Amino acid sequence: MRINVLIIGGGVSGASIAYHLAKKGIKDIVVVDKSYFTAGATGRCGAGVRQQWATKTNCILAKRSIEFFEKAKEILEYDKDLEFKQEGYLILATTPEEQVQFQKNVQLQNECGIPSRYITKEEALAIVPHLNPDAFLSATFCPTDGHLNPFKMTEAYILAAKKLGVEFRFFEEVKAIITENHQVTQVITTKATYEVNQVVNAAGGYSREIGLMAHVDIPVYSENHEILATEPTEKMQGPMVMSFSKNIYCQQVPHGSFLMGRSDPDVEKNHNTESTWKFLDEMAKTATYILPALGKLRVVRQWGGLYNMSPDRQPILGAVEEMSNFFIACGFSGHGFMFAPITGEVVSDIMCNHPTSIDISELSIQRFKYQTDFHVEKSVV
Amino acid sequence: MDKSKIILCRCEDITLDDVHRLLDEGYTTFEDMKRLLRVGMGPCQATTCGHLIQWQIANYLNQPMEEIKIQKVRPLTTGVTLNQIVEGIKHED
Repeated sequence: MRINVLIIGGGVSGASIAYHLAKKGIKDIVVVDKSYFTAGATGRCGAGVRQQWATKTNCILAKRSIEFFEKAKEILEYDKDLEFKQEGYLILATTPEEQVQFQKNVQLQNECGIPSRYITKEEALAIVPHLNPDAFLSATFCPTDGHLNPFKMTEAYILAAKKLGVEFRFFEEVKAIITENHQVTQVITTKATYEVNQVVNAAGGYSREIGLMAHVDIPVYSENHEILATEPTEKMQGPMVMSFSKNIYCQQVPHGSFLMGRSDPDVEKNHNTESTWKFLDEMAKTATYILPALGKLRVVRQWGGLYNMSPDRQPILGAVEEMSNFFIACGFSGHGFMFAPITGEVVSDIMCNHPTSIDISELSIQRFKYQTDFHVEKSVV
Repeated sequence: MDKSKIILCRCEDITLDDVHRLLDEGYTTFEDMKRLLRVGMGPCQATTCGHLIQWQIANYLNQPMEEIKIQKVRPLTTGVTLNQIVEGIKHED
């Protein structure tokens, strides 16, 4: 089948790219996904959206994305509720080193126009009164960070893209990519063979494998990150509470449940997404220490999802030198959902040879070829 | 029969009408519905709505019920408080 653009991966990144391409007037776009709607990382994420980062690039990507989320329902003409809530992220500093680093982070964020501030323990306790005062020293707070429903946001992109003529095909898996003279000519799936002009790899946890099919070596790997959800309860916490040193993020979503996650430093690099006892134990200990009032809540469910990790924990976006019509949107390192708006904008600009609205030199895959010393983003759980 | 008064999911108050509307929108797997309606995300983990929705999907697609997949079963099988989990760890030590 002859088409123009094939996007591999129907998660929020693929859907955003499809929407932005179609809005630019590109026709004959097909999105394939090997499983059901938001089966991958999008549908398994912690649903947080934040701008408090430690690298300038991540700050800009996040700020531009939040600006889109604020108007997303109107722009995409979505009928349902996106459950967008801007009640902030409260990031706890628990060591003197973190206090020094966080003051630098806030300065950088403010230079990028992000309204974060460095606050005292007392100010933090006024925002989240049930915090254990002995668990932290000070904090940073950004009131415009918050929560967004990943399923609804992805559906909003998909429906808007469909209105513009994009076709989405779920349960269709890419099996092979045929290349010729540094160009992709065909993509073979379990259901069809597509003759293509351009291909996008937005395959999330499987983007390395898709890259290899096209002879493109993307320096990413995947690892399982787990989350648990509690029973819903009356509203008791506005912001996401997060600590890098204590390894926790914890937010009450509009539905009333608390979602909380942490990373496992010993996790293996693979595609496993099973749940573990170890996570449940460690999560319960950390959550009840930092937020003792949550101890009375029942855990109803736990699950895992893949972070697709890049060497500097920043996304890999755009063109590839050795494969002229193959484009990448991966390596989000756990933050693909919250960067989806700018991902769609930037990748579609590059594919259409339009100038990009932000400097993307730090996001190209080429950075890993010529550089060995990266500015690694450390504000990651 | 008023479909908006027939509850299929008691955890989230999801009705037959909600499920039929999603079927008409093209969502024909339980996992799709879980993500958009929260069926199966509540404390009972679809022990009530699972087979009821499976039946609705089978009817809609005109397929045998046993060919319709239901949701992935996740831990925990019953609600346990975070404090109970922490107490349990102390007991093990």
